[in-house]
Amino acid sequence: MKIFAFFVALLTGGVLIYGVEDMPGWGDPNSAPSLHVSPRYIEKTIEETDTPDMVTSVLADYRGYDTLGETTVIFTAGVACLLLLRRDNQ
Amino acid sequence: MIVQYENVIIKTICRLLIPFIQLFAIYVIMHGHYSPGGGFQGGVILGASFILLVIAYGLEESRRRMSLKALTIYASVGLFIYSGIGAVCLLMGGNYLDYGRLPLPLSSIPTIRAMGILGIEIGVGIGVMAIMICIFLGIASYETGGENG
Repeated sequence: MKIFAFFVALLTGGVLIYGVEDMPGWGDPNSAPSLHVSPRYIEKTIEETDTPDMVTSVLADYRGYDTLGETTVIFTAGVACLLLLRRDNQ
Repeated sequence: MIVQYENVIIKTICRLLIPFIQLFAIYVIMHGHYSPGGGFQGGVILGASFILLVIAYGLEESRRRMSLKALTIYASVGLFIYSGIGAVCLLMGGNYLDYGRLPLPLSSIPTIRAMGILGIEIGVGIGVMAIMICIFLGIASYETGGENG
């Protein structure tokens, strides 16, 4: 069974490494995000959100749904810690 | 368990330092539009100031000021502010978290969006602060086998 699991892990890793080959290079100016998404944020941030810090406007406005998920993850982690650590002996 | 440690230097320094740490945390949250910072970072700094209070003054003394129940409520309130702002946008006819639709008495849409960003940063800050203290208090009071919060 352990041999089988090892081969499944090896196969999954191989598929992932094969997939990495198709990813654009680091900072490639011709990749899809660099051509469409990033220039849009850089040019329109002040105009659309009145926020000079681009990171904040992307984090909280353009990618607001993602940040809501992050906050939910932190909340869930805290509640799980409390459930595990709390003891009501009194 | 963290017991109260009778050292006047530590207590005095903490008493002097904690208000400024909290002020800096609020600055980091509020100034996230113009400099590195925001809800997560400011919330962690705010939580660290309370953790410093617990370390300096001991667990029993600190429990009079904060309870786990209240902190859990704070964490929920933080998340509720975030998702509530999104829901208000939905009710006003926009998309979820489309801050331009918030009913604020401001002139331009970009300014309203900036205020919406500030609102969710405050929500994130409250939530992260409460969760930080919750985890610390949970671990710190684990050995005592009881939590009266």
